[in-house]
Amino acid sequence: MALILALAIGVLAAAGTWLLLRPRTFQVIIGLCLLSYAVNIFIFSMGRLKSAAPPVTAAGLEDPALYADPTPQALVLTAIVISFALTALFLVVLLASRGVTGSDHVDGREPGS
Amino acid sequence: MTDWADHLIIGPIILPMAVAAAMLLVNERRRSLKTALALGSMAAVLVMALILLNESANPVGGGGDTARAYRLGDWAAPYGIVLVADRLSTLMIALTSVLAACALIFSMARWDRAGPRFHALFLLLVMGVNGAVLTGDLFNLFVFFEIMLAASYGLVLHGSGEARIRAGLAYIAVNLTASLLFLVGVALIYGVTGTLNMADLAVRIPGIAAADRGLFHIGAAILGVAFLIKCAAWPLGFWLVPTYAAASAPAAAAFAILSKVGVYVVIRLEALLFSPLAGASAGFGEELLLGLGLATVTFGSLGLLASRSLSRAAGFVVMISSGTVLAVVGTGDAAALGGGLYYLVGSTLACGALFLIAEVLDRDRSPGVQAGEAVFDDEYRDPFDDDERNEPGLIIPASVAALGGAMLVCAVMIAGLPPLAGFVGKLAIFNALIGIGGGLSWTVVAVLSVSGLLSLIALARLGVAAIWTRDERSPAPVVGAAEFVGITGLLAACVLLAILGLYGLTYADSTAGWLSEPDGYVAAVLTGEGR
Repeated sequence: MALILALAIGVLAAAGTWLLLRPRTFQVIIGLCLLSYAVNIFIFSMGRLKSAAPPVTAAGLEDPALYADPTPQALVLTAIVISFALTALFLVVLLASRGVTGSDHVDGREPGS
Repeated sequence: MTDWADHLIIGPIILPMAVAAAMLLVNERRRSLKTALALGSMAAVLVMALILLNESANPVGGGGDTARAYRLGDWAAPYGIVLVADRLSTLMIALTSVLAACALIFSMARWDRAGPRFHALFLLLVMGVNGAVLTGDLFNLFVFFEIMLAASYGLVLHGSGEARIRAGLAYIAVNLTASLLFLVGVALIYGVTGTLNMADLAVRIPGIAAADRGLFHIGAAILGVAFLIKCAAWPLGFWLVPTYAAASAPAAAAFAILSKVGVYVVIRLEALLFSPLAGASAGFGEELLLGLGLATVTFGSLGLLASRSLSRAAGFVVMISSGTVLAVVGTGDAAALGGGLYYLVGSTLACGALFLIAEVLDRDRSPGVQAGEAVFDDEYRDPFDDDERNEPGLIIPASVAALGGAMLVCAVMIAGLPPLAGFVGKLAIFNALIGIGGGLSWTVVAVLSVSGLLSLIALARLGVAAIWTRDERSPAPVVGAAEFVGITGLLAACVLLAILGLYGLTYADSTAGWLSEPDGYVAAVLTGEGR
């Protein structure tokens, strides 16, 4: 499980970084999305990997080692909401830029023009 | 939790948030109501900030310095979220309020009409900054950072136009990436230490297993990169100048505090997490901060010398001011940090004023608002369409002379010439560094002195071009009364800082002393009764 998770984070982050450095705004926003997925999974994994463990304490199960850590789950929820909202905002600016400059290049003009 | 005054700590966060939210419900055409609401709440935030600052300067009961922790929901510290008001954070809130209040007054003359929802965004920006400096929790810091940045994304686009959209696109992309790095750093630190409360972190860091310490340092370094991007340290700060130069003047003036929030977090974490008590992690990253700070100052000074417009110059001045404080933090010396904090306050005010002056002087050259290119179409009423509404109200006579005087004060402040606060701050830094001696200290002194000289040359040249050798045919700049009050307010704060230099410097020195002994902060947050 650890290997698959690490691979998933690595592939998402690598693809996201590559897209982020591309010259078209659409590629940049997809890159940011992929990067934020990678980061969200990464935050989640920082609570240690554990299968079929309840996240909250119940009577008779006082040993904290038996539980999944709830804090990263709360953190990742916040991070998802924030990055979703800001990506939506970025999308608006991206469309405005496309409309105003007539180009989807990140510099707002085609190279060489 | 008995005294109403105990709840004052959360006031600078709650009040702007509530007013901004309420304001969204009001029709965009009721501009005077919105202006009054924004001004009123900004004044209230300023008063609260000054009360908090006074409480920090004169601790109640005559005891020594302490941090006042405000526990949200009354959950005890490592589990619940705390707000902490200590000397440094109250200083930052006071600085934010003064700067934001003056920028808001400036905007009343015409800029608040340049696009929808200006006041709500502005108040949310203030809320984000206040929250970021007050919070005692790393993840909460992230949330407030995002609030602050989200508001700033809106403010960058205020007034619309191709230049702003282009600059805003790059600004948002860079800051979203920085926020992702922030999250990675926070997650790594949580993974190693199991806590995000800053005071709790300070306690746990000495006990990190040797095998995990490398991982912790990686987390802290990634977190540091995120903050260095926000405070525009070289080579991570190339986004700052085009963005700030493109933003509308009151927004740019308020943004002068944003980069200082990055600097604030660096100071706070360096003092709290990597204090001498931190065992093997003590002083982590200090050499790097020193180097990057000096590189930032050098880059900023050269950029300032090369810039041909005042608003770009003001952007480089922001970089110089951030770089100077970062370098001072990197020296790890408490006395120098005292001078650095004093310098930070003065230079931030001067940067804000410079953005405002630049806009007034360049007004006839830059078109300002391009109404045909609105980003948000709804409620956009094309505010500069007729002369009547474009009228900035009462016009100040002899505006060129007044602006010249303001420009002079700014330049003296930024270059660090006597008698203003910039000089006092730099002198305090130099005094402390020369006391330490050694090649490194002298390098810092040399770089800062040369940077002062270059700033003076560049600003004098730009000032001469903008004021004395004005094109005869171009009309004299029109300064509205509100604009004049905004600029004067910032400059008066600069001058006041110099006149009350003894109090200011003593406060900054005690702040640096307080930061050098983090156990007071830790005890107040974790074990103190709090409030």
